[in-house]
Amino acid sequence: MTKIVRTTANILFPFTLIFGLYVIAHGHLTPGGGFQGGAIVASGCALLLVAYGSPWMFNCIKDTRLATFESLGAIGFITIAFLGLVFSAVFFGNFLTGSGSLFGTTPATGSTLSDFNTGGVLPLMNFAVGVKVIAGLFVIVLVMAYASSSKEWD
Amino acid sequence: MIEYLPFIAVVAMILIGLYAVVFRRNLIKMVIGISIIESGVNLFLIMLGYREGGVAPIFTSLPSGTTYPGEMVLPVPQALTLTSIVIGVAVLALMLSLVMHIYRKYGTLDVQKIRRLKE
Amino acid sequence: MEKRMVTGILVFSLLAVFFFFSIFQLHPFGEPGQVQMDDYIITHTQNETGTNNGVTSVVFDYRGFDTLGEATILFSAVAGVLLIFRRVRH
Repeated sequence: MTKIVRTTANILFPFTLIFGLYVIAHGHLTPGGGFQGGAIVASGCALLLVAYGSPWMFNCIKDTRLATFESLGAIGFITIAFLGLVFSAVFFGNFLTGSGSLFGTTPATGSTLSDFNTGGVLPLMNFAVGVKVIAGLFVIVLVMAYASSSKEWD
Repeated sequence: MIEYLPFIAVVAMILIGLYAVVFRRNLIKMVIGISIIESGVNLFLIMLGYREGGVAPIFTSLPSGTTYPGEMVLPVPQALTLTSIVIGVAVLALMLSLVMHIYRKYGTLDVQKIRRLKE
Repeated sequence: MEKRMVTGILVFSLLAVFFFFSIFQLHPFGEPGQVQMDDYIITHTQNETGTNNGVTSVVFDYRGFDTLGEATILFSAVAGVLLIFRRVRH
C-alpha cells in the first residue's frame, strides 16, 4: 500500500493494542473479558495485514509459530481448571477467592469502587483465553489472505 | 401487540436470511444468508432476559438507589450468547475456506453449474 | 425449474405463517417467567466468586464447562483452516 496508509497504520496500532489489553485485564470489574478484548486486538492486527500486504507478512510471521502460541493459551486454561481440582476438590473450583495471596480480597457488598486485587482465579483465565483468541483469529485471517493472493496452488 | 414488537423483528431477520439461502444461486450470497440467520438467533437469546427498567448486572459504581435482584437484567442469557457468537465465527471461517476451494477447482460460483461439471 | 420454485414459495410462506403465529405464545417483552436462578446468582456473586461483574462470573465460574467447550471449538476451527490450505502454505 502507499506510504500514507502504512504511516497511519503504524500510528494507530499501539493505541488499539493498549485498549484491547485494558479490556482483557479488567474483565472482572467492567464489561469485557477474554473474548471481547481478543477480538479488539485481532482486528488491530488485521489492520496491519491490510497495510503491509499478505505475502511479506506470511514470510515474516510463520503460521506454525502462531498455531503453537494458540495451543499455549489452551494449555494454560486447562491447567488452571486442573489446579482447581487439586486444591479444592471441584473441577474449575475457585481456589484463590478466600483471604489468599494473589487475587484474594473479597469486595464489599453493594455498589463499590473498583479494586483490582479481587477476582480469585478469573483474571488468570481471562489472560489465557485472550491469548488464545488473539492468536486464533490472526492466523485464520493471515492464511486466508495469503491463499487468495497466491497465483498457483499445489 | 406492541409488547411483542422485538420478537417480530427477530422473525423478520430469520425469514430474510432463509430467503437468501433458498432462492439465490451464488454461493457467497448463501453464506451471507446463513450469517444473517445466526445474528437473528443471537438477538432472540438476548431479548429473552430483559427486565423492565433494569440496569446491567455489574456492581462497580452502580447508580445509588437501585435494589439489586429486583432491577437488574438477567445475566445468564448474555453468557450463552457469547458462546453462540464464537461458534458462528468458527463456522463462517470454515465455510469461506471451502467456497475458495470450490472456486479454484470449477472456475464458477453458480450452484446449478457446479452440479453438472463432474471432472 | 418451475415446479421447484412453486414448491419453494409454498413451503416458505407456510413457514412464515407458522413463525408469525407462534410469537404470541411467548411471554411479553420485559417480564421474564422464571427468575429464581438469576436472582440467586446476582445476590451471591460478590460473596462466593469475589468479582463485581455478574456476566463474567457466570461465564467463567458458575458455567465454566461451557467455556471449555467453546475453547475447543475455536481450536478445531483453526486446525480445520490450516488443514484445508495445507498445499498452499508449502
